[in-house]
Amino acid sequence: MQYMLLLYSDANRFLKMTPAEQKLGIAAYQAFSEALTKAGALKGSNRLQPTSAATTVRLVDGRSQVLNGPYAESKEQLGGYFLIDVADLDAALSWAARCPGAAHGVVEVRPIWVM
Amino acid sequence: MSSDAGDAYARNTADAVARRRYGKLVAFLSARTRDVACAEDALSEAFAAALADWPLNGCPSNPEGWLLTVARRKMIDFARRRRSGEIASEQLQRLLDGLDAAAADAAGEEQIPDHRLALMFACAHPAIEARIRAPLILQVLLGVDAAMIASAFLTSPTTMGQRLVRAKDKLRQAGIPFRIPEREELASRLGAVLDAIYAAFAEGWADSGGTDIVRRDLAEEALFLGRLAAELLPQEPEALGLLALMLHVEARRGARRDVHGAYVPLAEQDVALWDSQMIDAAETLLRHASALGSIGRYQLEGALQSAHVHRRRTGEANWVAIVQLYDALWALCGSPVVAINRALAIMEVHGAAAALQAMEELASDARLTEYQPYWAARAELLAKTSACEDAHHAYEIAIGLERDPAVRRFLQQRQSVLTR
Repeated sequence: MQYMLLLYSDANRFLKMTPAEQKLGIAAYQAFSEALTKAGALKGSNRLQPTSAATTVRLVDGRSQVLNGPYAESKEQLGGYFLIDVADLDAALSWAARCPGAAHGVVEVRPIWVM
Repeated sequence: MSSDAGDAYARNTADAVARRRYGKLVAFLSARTRDVACAEDALSEAFAAALADWPLNGCPSNPEGWLLTVARRKMIDFARRRRSGEIASEQLQRLLDGLDAAAADAAGEEQIPDHRLALMFACAHPAIEARIRAPLILQVLLGVDAAMIASAFLTSPTTMGQRLVRAKDKLRQAGIPFRIPEREELASRLGAVLDAIYAAFAEGWADSGGTDIVRRDLAEEALFLGRLAAELLPQEPEALGLLALMLHVEARRGARRDVHGAYVPLAEQDVALWDSQMIDAAETLLRHASALGSIGRYQLEGALQSAHVHRRRTGEANWVAIVQLYDALWALCGSPVVAINRALAIMEVHGAAAALQAMEELASDARLTEYQPYWAARAELLAKTSACEDAHHAYEIAIGLERDPAVRRFLQQRQSVLTR
């Protein structure tokens, strides 16, 4: 089954870290990807630019309304994702717990809607 | 006493009873009907009633007896409601008889017969799915709620709740006996009980920093159950062995993190931080166990921990003994986890090349591709043989598989000092 691991965290914390700490943090994500790949579970993954780069669009009364910033203002924001293919929810949860994002933020595990 | 103080006192008394006697009351209430869920519901209503009654009327002199009487009435209510009129049914009569006998003699808590071990054997019965046994024991014997168990075992609370409900239905419907097995069957059945206790302990132990209150509690609860099993089965060497093993591991809790919260591996721990009282208790248990003349997995693992403790007295771990113990353990259960630790012990005695060779036969075991300690051990051995490129890759996988940030940083540090 495919699951999306949605990584929510406070992007400011990363920006406040020293370059050495940032390097270590990124390396932990690389190792996590590598382990997922080795287990044959990784389907895709990306890191997102901070919400300062986000723009939202919606149609109001037939006219598009474009706004600066993310959909919802909150301290913890979606910062990236891993799409994985594993046997069941327990396996997905066990990968989510290993994700470095679970230590400095929250990882939401969502099954993919199969059409 | 002010009403607030009275409330607090009543709450504290109820909490204390819940903590120490919960399992005993559930075991007693479900012994005849085998309906654990019904006993749990009745008991939780009895605790709610206590919190309403005790602040007004004062705590009863025998809180356990009071709770038992109320829970018994609730159970009869439940049974009546479910059977809608069929009051004289055989089961209900049995229930009334059994509970009456106990309620009549509610003078002292000691009077309530202890069926906890029988209940543990029912929960770890071969008819109950293996992976739900430890969660079931934690819930039924200790009252740990499904959400907390789910977090510890990395399962969703809904799924864990459903599995627990199914397991309790099975206990009741399949007619699983609530009793301690006969002598000839005991040895094979005891293993499952001890495995479940150890699984709970290992889940609690996973957070070595002890910052996660859920996990630390679980380790404590498992120790409680381990003590109970050893106390109730003093002639079973494996029950003593398991308790010794857990005490040895628990004794080192304070030494597994430095003041900054960084992970400290066993070999680098400050032995002065080990809890000497727990270690002494563990050593005594192991001596008693060995006098009973039947070796097993938990005694061997306890003995291994004991060989590490050797360093506390002599400044050096007894590696030759450790390798021998791993050989025995490997012959006994052939688990890949044992093989990894055996390889690391071989490294201390015969060097990294010999250890790598010992681990080579494991490479084809698919279970190990997602097992962090395998990759960490491999990385360390490769680094020692100067195969830095391979070591770097093995560390990479180990880091990716680790969920504890402190251990992850430790592995990253090891990886970074490799010279490529």
